[in-house]
Amino acid sequence: MAEVIEAQSDTRTMNMIEAINSALDVMMARDDNVVIMGEDVGYFGGVFRCTAGLQKKYGKTRVFDTPISECGIVGVAVGMGAYGLRPVPEIQFADYIYPGIDQLISEAARLRYRSAGEYIAPITVRSPFGGGIFGGQTHSQSPESLFTHVAGLKTVIPSTPYDAKGLLISAIEDNDPVIFFEPKRIYNGPFSGYYDRPVEPWSKHAASAVPTGHYRIPLGKANVVREGEGLTILAYGTMVHVALAVVEANKVDAEVIDLRTLLPLDIETIEASVKKTGRCLIVHEATRTSGFGAELSALVQERCFYHLEAPVERVTGFDTPYPHSLEWAYFPGPIRIGRAIAKIMKD
Amino acid sequence: MADGPVRTNLQPLALHVPEPRSRPGDPVDFSDVVVPAAGSMARPDEAISPHEMRDAAFGLVRVLDEQHQAVGPWDPRLSPDTLLKILRTMALTRAFDERLYRAQRQGKTSFYMKCTGEEATSVSAAAAMQGDDMVFPSYRQQGILMWRGYPLVEMVNQIYSNAGDKLKGRQLPIMYSVPELSFFTISGNLTTQYPQAVGWAMASAIKGDTRIASCWCGEGSTAEGDFHSAMTFASVYNAPVILNVVNNQWAISSFSGFAGAERTTFAARALGYGIAGLRVDGNDALAVYAATRWAAERARANKGPTLIEHFTYRAEGHSTSDDPSAYRSAQESAEWPLGDPIHRLKQHCIALGIWDEERHAAMDLELAEMVKAATKEAEKNGVLGHGMHQPFETMFEDVFEELPWHLREQMAQALEERAAKWPK
Repeated sequence: MAEVIEAQSDTRTMNMIEAINSALDVMMARDDNVVIMGEDVGYFGGVFRCTAGLQKKYGKTRVFDTPISECGIVGVAVGMGAYGLRPVPEIQFADYIYPGIDQLISEAARLRYRSAGEYIAPITVRSPFGGGIFGGQTHSQSPESLFTHVAGLKTVIPSTPYDAKGLLISAIEDNDPVIFFEPKRIYNGPFSGYYDRPVEPWSKHAASAVPTGHYRIPLGKANVVREGEGLTILAYGTMVHVALAVVEANKVDAEVIDLRTLLPLDIETIEASVKKTGRCLIVHEATRTSGFGAELSALVQERCFYHLEAPVERVTGFDTPYPHSLEWAYFPGPIRIGRAIAKIMKD
Repeated sequence: MADGPVRTNLQPLALHVPEPRSRPGDPVDFSDVVVPAAGSMARPDEAISPHEMRDAAFGLVRVLDEQHQAVGPWDPRLSPDTLLKILRTMALTRAFDERLYRAQRQGKTSFYMKCTGEEATSVSAAAAMQGDDMVFPSYRQQGILMWRGYPLVEMVNQIYSNAGDKLKGRQLPIMYSVPELSFFTISGNLTTQYPQAVGWAMASAIKGDTRIASCWCGEGSTAEGDFHSAMTFASVYNAPVILNVVNNQWAISSFSGFAGAERTTFAARALGYGIAGLRVDGNDALAVYAATRWAAERARANKGPTLIEHFTYRAEGHSTSDDPSAYRSAQESAEWPLGDPIHRLKQHCIALGIWDEERHAAMDLELAEMVKAATKEAEKNGVLGHGMHQPFETMFEDVFEELPWHLREQMAQALEERAAKWPK
């Protein structure tokens, strides 16, 4: 993969949790200023185990539990960043990030601008997000567009163990604040969206081969995960796998682009693909209205209008809170995507 | 500037990170837990100024002594009927928890949370309030619904997210909502209910009502900003509200030290706000009753809010998603110095001569059967994940009072998708 920098180490089969843990481990070993904090991340190693073993290895003053205060977690991370540390706070679920949002929007995102670069917030806020685990409305949300709407925040969402590690390392090394949303539905294995079929582990997927050492996947660089001529599908996180599965099942000649970073966005890759295919489908799990798909749709329309052979389509979650028992009726699964593909290919 | 001391002649600073008394495999030592004798704390008048009762925020209101007698000025002198009703309701809560926990393990639902060891903090508190006082619970106060007589089958329907769930399968299990019992809809977010309870109490005062409000959160979530906003508003407006902090020592894997317990008590949080603070043996059903009654009378007399810290122990995991053996000593629960609330009240009732082991064992059997019958009844409405129990349309209802055009379109889309998946 061309975008990989410094991947010289051996590889090991990892799921996404292990890959994230490995990224944190590598960065803590390389840089004394990297500190990890969050609810249950210390001795216990995180409710999803992403920080397992790190407190034991690096000590309690570099990996520590925090009070249950997302405002406090983000706020002290900003202060540590002002000192010169490189904090990697975890918010246990993206659904719980809202009490920290003033510190993110009014502070972390604007320190550089308001001080003309004298102060920065080199923090990476990790948080599991997305549904598909029967988590109900408080353990399922996809709030990424709240953050892409804020000037000064970068937003990154990986879709594989390999990407998760390389992107997280880049995020930690980045001098600007990064929201790093981890699709928890695919922590342990890719998800096709066919919820009634057996779950596959990551070990059967090529992207579970993860270098054990340091490597970067640059922020702002998308990944063309499937080449095609008839249609461009833009997706990220869990939905990359769902889109791929539908494309294979429906035998569509689609080009599937995993955005990987929502902001800054890899507009060149998107533009080149849509100009080639003339059709564009955007897929995300988040609610539809003012979702990131609206931004993508506007950009494609602005930049590729004369190449389009059909209106840009969006497949998204519905504009309701995430329901518990009707989870699969809510989730933008194979049927919703398949119908959108059929519609866009008909025009 | 991130590379060590700036002035080498001065002592380097050191970060303190709290550490619990024991981890898995360690011996348990609760010798630092100060347990004052039952009956030793004075009971001030309900109209007292918070600053004249500072000791109450650092001591422990206890009524039941080692000989199972109710002693001291906080003894609420409850009738045998009330004592036995509290005992029965706590036992019912535990029986319900046991069975629904197993139901989750059997795959009948996605999630469950027990309140084992903490039953008194909700059952006794509810018993000491009026039935129409408004409660804003967290997720571990199922005992309130038990006390107020909510049908078990309704609770199970909600837990199974089935066709009988009046919340239409939208909420995670145990996130009940029962307005007819003055029980607010439970949020999965932490301590958001605290300022809401204060607001409800303010509204009751604005309208010259006589009902008060009460809310609960865990000690861990006192760290959230909402807790402190609630305290400020409660203090400023002298709101008729009871603010309960259930200090069960553990917030998932984080012990109470991560909420500040190494420095002071949670009841003492009240003092800085000028609010009355009471610290109570949360495993003593009579102490919880007495403290709640004190706070309720204070609120009803327009003397202001009370923060009650219920000092207790979370005897089981945080939820079905949690394994406490990974972060705390398995012995802690057994060696908790304040015992078990059901056992202690049972022994008291036996000592009074109004109860005995045989009747207790018979009651436990009866309650287990009652819960079993409720789960069987609820299962007729389905269990989670086996069939779609709510019509698809319900997903779009209640986002707003009326459906805007975009939700009408999305509802139509959902119905088309259903027809595509199940063409019949």
